[in-house]
Amino acid sequence: MTVGRGGRGRRRGTALAAAGLAAAVLVTGCAQGDPGEEPMRYLSLAWQTQSIEANRRLVQEWNREHPDAPVEYVQGSWDNVNDQLVTAFEGGDPPDIIHNESPTLTSFEYRNYLADLGDDLPADVRADIGDAAWDTVTIDGRVVGVPLLQEPQVLIANADILRESGVRIPTVEEPWTWDEFEAAARELTVPGERHAVAWPLSSPTNRVLNLALNFGGEFFRVAEDGTVTVEVGPREREVLERIHRQLYTDRTADPQAVGMSGSDPLPAFFAGQYAMVQGGVYTRQQVVEQAPDGFDWVMLPPLVGDVPDQGATSQTLSVAAGSPHEADAAAFVAFMAEPDNQVDLALGDWLTPTSQEALASPELTTNENEWDVAVHAAGNLRSAPYLQVPGFDEFKNRVSEPLLQEYFGDRISLDELARRMEEEGDAVMARYADEG
Amino acid sequence: MAAVSAARARRAAARTGQYAALVCYLVFLAFPLVWLASTALKTPQEMALLDPTWIPLEPTLANFAAAFGEQDLVGAARRSLGVALCSAVLTVLLALPAAYVLARYKSAVNRVVMGWVLVSQVFPFILVIIALFMILRRFGLVDSLAGLVLVHATWCLPFVLWMLRGYLRGIPRVLEEAAAVDGAGRWRTLVSVVAPLAAPGVAAALMFGFVSSWNEFLFALILLKDPGVQTLPLVLVAFTGPEGVARLGPLAAASLMAAVPSLVFFAFIQRRFRGGLVDGAVKG
Repeated sequence: MTVGRGGRGRRRGTALAAAGLAAAVLVTGCAQGDPGEEPMRYLSLAWQTQSIEANRRLVQEWNREHPDAPVEYVQGSWDNVNDQLVTAFEGGDPPDIIHNESPTLTSFEYRNYLADLGDDLPADVRADIGDAAWDTVTIDGRVVGVPLLQEPQVLIANADILRESGVRIPTVEEPWTWDEFEAAARELTVPGERHAVAWPLSSPTNRVLNLALNFGGEFFRVAEDGTVTVEVGPREREVLERIHRQLYTDRTADPQAVGMSGSDPLPAFFAGQYAMVQGGVYTRQQVVEQAPDGFDWVMLPPLVGDVPDQGATSQTLSVAAGSPHEADAAAFVAFMAEPDNQVDLALGDWLTPTSQEALASPELTTNENEWDVAVHAAGNLRSAPYLQVPGFDEFKNRVSEPLLQEYFGDRISLDELARRMEEEGDAVMARYADEG
Repeated sequence: MAAVSAARARRAAARTGQYAALVCYLVFLAFPLVWLASTALKTPQEMALLDPTWIPLEPTLANFAAAFGEQDLVGAARRSLGVALCSAVLTVLLALPAAYVLARYKSAVNRVVMGWVLVSQVFPFILVIIALFMILRRFGLVDSLAGLVLVHATWCLPFVLWMLRGYLRGIPRVLEEAAAVDGAGRWRTLVSVVAPLAAPGVAAALMFGFVSSWNEFLFALILLKDPGVQTLPLVLVAFTGPEGVARLGPLAAASLMAAVPSLVFFAFIQRRFRGGLVDGAVKG
């Protein structure tokens, strides 16, 4: 086959045009400037429509009111934010304002990545946010973030099944104890047709450690000399054993749901195969969005053990240490933490705010979409000891996640789980103590 | 007669089996794309059905509206396209002459080079990323698509080099010798004889470079922080939340759009994948 001059010319022209277009596209990305004169970068992990809208709206509002300290909204993702941040910090070019969650802050503080905001925050913001929430971001006396949103652990139930079964429906005044929950689960289970509950435990550590506080289970002991050890004693075993019993002794919980995450069990829940699903208060959003018409659901208040306490994990805003805009960034964080703004953010993410004033706002005390139950549940939150442990991230990823998955998959016994968590966890803790 | 019939029946059965296997393979290949399209057109309620349907019961474009409304998908796709085209072209431009030399000349240096090319493939990404970030930052190439093109081209180069070397070795050397006998110089031989014969290999290498760059996520995540320069994979993850939760509808709609340019590029370039170009070029 021969190609004529016109054909060759057209091809060459197309190739040149493509190269020109590509070059033009590339050139747009090459500008570099003085970091001190660039806008502050706010790495946000908002991912739900309302939440993204609320964040962007607040950034616009800030920029209107503070034209001399503009903020640029940068979209991040929960999936890989820590890889991104570690590289950016080590490379010396982190975002100025960082959205993250409290369990990660300890590792970042250990590497001196975060600014101490203790003296930079207005007194009204300090006073409005509860002490338990501040504890989730205070490490060795340094305030390394502002806690904004929290996630109490709850049960979401099929209201029709609950009513038909005749079990007592718990209220915020009289919630279920774990014993009552297990008894009710036996009533709600129909062998071969329906499990009472789905525990999605693909990432079990935070969930289990937060619930363990119901029985005083803290998992970490800090000696007077500061040495941290892992301890899985009777108090720590209580919740572990109860969940395992539901899965493999009572058979009131579906073992297939153990490998699921977040909202994965919802299709079976909507189809009546589960009477309840366990999750954070944000699960309501998926239920409201995905439930078939006429599906009647209810959110049950958190379970109570020896005490009603649950460990709190906060979504936080921090400021990068050494940011050229440290004071302005702290002011922006304080702006985001104002009660009205926290209400917007809480509604967007379907989580509970840390601001006491926001918790009392009409939008969040309504019974619509069970906000009143969610807000009441926030009252039981307290800082879990693991938030103060350097190396918790590594303990979680390398020790507790795989071991808990094995335990909930019924592949190891509780004794083996406890022994290995202690041995392998202590090795991680010792290494961080040596490096510290 | 009976033997002939039996042989014919065996051939027919074999042919039927081949077609059945081909259909299975096509279904296997098409499944993700069809499922993506189906999910992109479903309502949240339909996505939560325990028995999912292939064809949406109430098709909706709301997921596309949400995806395009919330994120700058078009801008990100344009940038991804520029980066992928440049990376693919740059990779092939660098790899082709090197591959030719490695294919045609045997020396100790070449063996060392090929060994190094193989070894370079075993370095995990995480080992180099911080150093790479610091180097690019020093040259002002962080937050720059040009920096990302360099990284993608460098990352793809060893494999493309290996790929092209293998292809070029398959082109009979006697064709070049024949051209030389006919009076063609080295350059003329390369342009008029080797280049056309290498076209399918080059097309495959371009395709590999394009798709690798188009889909690449982690380097882009680390290097591009300014929303104005972010590529498509970075925008897609905005639809995912913590603990594996995702907004499946908008994610599927955006992912479907992200798959289109690769398909178009492949359709454009696939006519270059012509086997047997050199069949019969030499006797014996």
